[in-house]
Amino acid sequence: MKERLEALRAEALEQLKGVADAGRLNDLRVHYLGKKGQLTEILRGMGALSAEERPIIGQAANDVRADIEIVIAEKQEAFDRAATAGRLAAETIDVTLPGKAPSVGAVHPLNKVAQEIEDIFIGMGYTIAEGPEVETDYFNFEALNLPKNHPARDMQDSFYITDEILLRTHTSPVQIRTMKAMNGKTPVKVICPGKVYRRDDDDATHSFMFHQIEGLVIGPNIRMSDLKGTLLQFVREMYGSQMEIRLRPSFFPFTEPSAEVDVTCVQCGGSGCRMCKHTGWIEILGCGMVHPKVLEHGGYDPNEVTGFAFGIGVERIALLKYEIDDIRHFYANDTKFLSQFAKQ
Amino acid sequence: MNVSYRWLSEYIDLSGIEPQKLTEMMTRGGIEIDSVPSRNAGVSNVVVGYVKTREKHPDADKLSVVTVDAGTGEDLQIVCGAPNIAAGQKVPVAKVGAKLPGIEIKKAKLRGVESQGMICSARELGINDKLLPKEQQEGILVLPSETEIGRDILDVLALSDHILELDLTPNRSDCLSMLGVAYEVSALTGRSLRLPDPGQDLYAAADKTSDHISVRITATENCSLYTARYIKGVKVGPSPLWMQNRLIAAGVRPINNIVDITNYVMLEYGQPLHAFDAKKIAEGRIDVRLAKPGEALVTLDDQERKLEPHMLVIADGEKALGLAGVMGGANSEVTEDTTDIVLESAKFDGGTIRRTSRQLGLRSEASARFEKEVDPSRVREALDRAAGLMAKYAEGLVTEGIAEAETASFEPAVVRLSLDRVNGMLGTSLSSLEAETILTRLQFAAVSAGNDVWDVTVPTRRGDMTRDVDLIEEVARLHGYDEIPTTLIEGASTAGSLTKPQAIRRELRTLLTNAGLQEAISYSVTSAQRTGLFPALSGEDVKPIALAMPMSEERSVLRTTILPSLMEAAAYNLTRKNNDIALFEIASVYHSDEEALTRLPQEKPRLALLLAGSRRAAGWNRPAETVDFYDAKGLLETAFRRLGIEARISYEAAQPEGFHPGRTAAIKLETERGAETIGYVGQLHPELQREFDLPDTFAAELSLAPVYEYADNRIEYKPLPRYPAMERDIAVVVDRGVSGGALTAAIEASAGELLESVRVFDVYTGDRVAADKKSVALALVYRHAERTLTDDEVTAAHGNVLARLEQSFAAELRK
Repeated sequence: MKERLEALRAEALEQLKGVADAGRLNDLRVHYLGKKGQLTEILRGMGALSAEERPIIGQAANDVRADIEIVIAEKQEAFDRAATAGRLAAETIDVTLPGKAPSVGAVHPLNKVAQEIEDIFIGMGYTIAEGPEVETDYFNFEALNLPKNHPARDMQDSFYITDEILLRTHTSPVQIRTMKAMNGKTPVKVICPGKVYRRDDDDATHSFMFHQIEGLVIGPNIRMSDLKGTLLQFVREMYGSQMEIRLRPSFFPFTEPSAEVDVTCVQCGGSGCRMCKHTGWIEILGCGMVHPKVLEHGGYDPNEVTGFAFGIGVERIALLKYEIDDIRHFYANDTKFLSQFAKQ
Repeated sequence: MNVSYRWLSEYIDLSGIEPQKLTEMMTRGGIEIDSVPSRNAGVSNVVVGYVKTREKHPDADKLSVVTVDAGTGEDLQIVCGAPNIAAGQKVPVAKVGAKLPGIEIKKAKLRGVESQGMICSARELGINDKLLPKEQQEGILVLPSETEIGRDILDVLALSDHILELDLTPNRSDCLSMLGVAYEVSALTGRSLRLPDPGQDLYAAADKTSDHISVRITATENCSLYTARYIKGVKVGPSPLWMQNRLIAAGVRPINNIVDITNYVMLEYGQPLHAFDAKKIAEGRIDVRLAKPGEALVTLDDQERKLEPHMLVIADGEKALGLAGVMGGANSEVTEDTTDIVLESAKFDGGTIRRTSRQLGLRSEASARFEKEVDPSRVREALDRAAGLMAKYAEGLVTEGIAEAETASFEPAVVRLSLDRVNGMLGTSLSSLEAETILTRLQFAAVSAGNDVWDVTVPTRRGDMTRDVDLIEEVARLHGYDEIPTTLIEGASTAGSLTKPQAIRRELRTLLTNAGLQEAISYSVTSAQRTGLFPALSGEDVKPIALAMPMSEERSVLRTTILPSLMEAAAYNLTRKNNDIALFEIASVYHSDEEALTRLPQEKPRLALLLAGSRRAAGWNRPAETVDFYDAKGLLETAFRRLGIEARISYEAAQPEGFHPGRTAAIKLETERGAETIGYVGQLHPELQREFDLPDTFAAELSLAPVYEYADNRIEYKPLPRYPAMERDIAVVVDRGVSGGALTAAIEASAGELLESVRVFDVYTGDRVAADKKSVALALVYRHAERTLTDDEVTAAHGNVLARLEQSFAAELRK
């Protein structure tokens, strides 16, 4: 029997050597080690052995089985590995093809800029006030020291609806509304964003509808130097710490003294270029100390409090910031334009 | 106001202050200057020549051959094409080697004849020839006969000059005059002024003005001072070239000596003047009165103007002679035959002039000055100045005395100013001396009224100075805005924040842009037709609010709904091949129930969105997916969930005008007042889609006010479930008309407390059910918070559900 076992081992190992696929391996396993396999067949003769021989042959049979099983296991593992590798190779995809990205839209550039400005002033302790776009002549003009037939009304030709009601020409009426709502209390620190309307023929730099952000601060001791400090802080947060501002005397009926504010040209950094007409400066907003008559209309005593106000043109800031060549793009709502502002 | 640098330097020494430097100084001082063009556009070596002979060119019909004495010693032969060239003229001659804007003159042969230079037109010299008479525009510039031969044309025409184009703010009407600008420059530089001194040796005639003319002001509210002089024996002709040069530099057309002098003095003093032909004034009486009802006047521009009773006229005993301060009348115009003149200088009420000029659409240099209030103290001075010039340049004889009427006198304003207030308002630390120095430079007289307090007398030329803040601005601008320090606001710090509506709008922007929509901003005004497209969104009783004077029909009415604007934007994008459109806009609409507004309309915040084309473009691994109703609805669902009002919202099939009747839902919000429709979501009506050239388009518009009211960002945490849920799916066959919403509502109402959720997961119509039926598959989840459910409990609850569905909808359980 022992010889037969040895022969079986030799034959099986020889056979296994040449196995090239998992199916054939399984066939051989069944053939040699299966319930009806060769080894079982040989062991059937165990009954005829003596009690001394039986454990020896049994041990020998186990050794043969183990040897064959090891080889089978090794082969099986190799086949498994190859199969896995093959499957992974078959599953390979082109990772350079585009992904399934959800589409992403963009906040309108004017709102993007307005929100940025709002956030800067919120950080400086301002709240946001809003007022109606359809206004009374009183709030839009008279209370702002622009009585009827005042020549300064020419500066902003208006869309009237009736003799007393018009589309607001600036966000300044919110100053008066805010003051009245504050009922004489200080401090007042608000900004007022919104749409405004002026009778202008639309062209690359003019739009009959545009956006402003008004700022108003009133307190017992507000100075023009505070206005300069506030605007410098705003400009630096908006455009960077290298920015400077320059105030030029100007005129608004509702402020006195009044100023136009220039900032370092964003394009050339002040060295002079086409954008700033080689001055190094770009005009961005108007401001001033709140006119005593305006304070009075708002219910404050100009001998007790002072204040400053400023008005920022949102389109102007956006045109400069993004170097957009034509203001009309903002209102055409061309998706090729809008989608360019999707970045955070 | 165009200011000639050369002319200005007659009143103040500008040496060392070049035009560019002066511009910079004035700009920093608050006078904006648009540009500073040179009057010499590139002319050199052009001199005055005398045309000795003119002959026709032998070989060219339109050319002449002239000999010219240009002071060079020998005559020049020049070929000239101008039709107005003639022997005996003085003309500008560009010699060989001369430069004109864009060209250099060389010796040339024109059709075989040698030409040693070129005779120039005004345009060739770079002069704005629109201000010249027509014959001077069409041909060469003919100079006055007394012009010196050989003189440089730059001198003759005063072209070595710069023009400061002032862009004046309305408060600085004092700078609408050369003298006003000189005062400003004097304040900026500290240099003294050289002012003209009219009124000396004026009288050559023996008779008195009162012999010829009398003046009366009937409209006392509208004219405070009217003065007139009488000038006899004038010879109307061209004004001197120097005066014409200055007028042209200022942009005013020279006409004749009389008119030119009135314009010249207006530019110099800021006081408009008018000259009447005295012979045409009936009875020698001038009355300043309001127009009579039905009165009309033909103005100098030959237009008949219908006058209204608020308009001020200058009249004689019979008729209106002119529109006060706006334009003279043709009936009293100065002509070549005029010999006697009534010269007017007055102070008319600014508001009256403004109203008239606006109403007639008639704006003139005069009205621009009157409406900003002229300086009352210059009225007589300017009159004398003009009279003097007419004596000198029109051979006029000025009669003695001024005919005048005055209804109000003007005293210079006295304004109290304290140094504390100056420094307190500006944040500066100016000394008393610094402040006084600035006031002195302005020629404002300051008298001490206590410790560092002054009473400042403001000259009438600065009518804009009425309060101490006006003076504080003067001090600030002359001290220099750059010198004002930069400080931080003192006092307790305040907390900044957004209001709830502002925060919600930002949230909506974030959410919708993250969902792939672009934010639009469109105009608030639209056409009347557009406001009528969606009555359910506009509101039933709403009357469109129309602009009184719209710029176009398309922008004549305030919008009552946003959707039409987005539809226009979509159509615009489609024409530009942007086929996939996902837009939203957050803006106000304007509602009023009044035919004519007597109070402000309601401004209602709205959210509108519009989808068309593909939700996603086709990719390499998926086809394009066309948007449908459920995309639009899904966006709203996400928004409502985000804003914490999902549970209050329901959708109900609706047929509002403008929408597809089978594909539109009313959006309802549960409030204390009951369920309110806050908007609609649906497909646009196919007819509307066709009208706008849109493909299938899905849109929504809803009011944000109720959203602001009910939005709730509080998070109520619920413990995670500890016991397993039991899921039961059912499919029922019902009539096609039965809505999914009705089925889920019935299930929620009948399943009892154990039901955790129910959702539709499939809807089938087709061969396997009857034609008028559909199969709806629903997934129900049952759970008990405190224990594991038994099969029996769920079966009982589920039984109730099936019974209700069968009872309410004749639903058959699909096996």
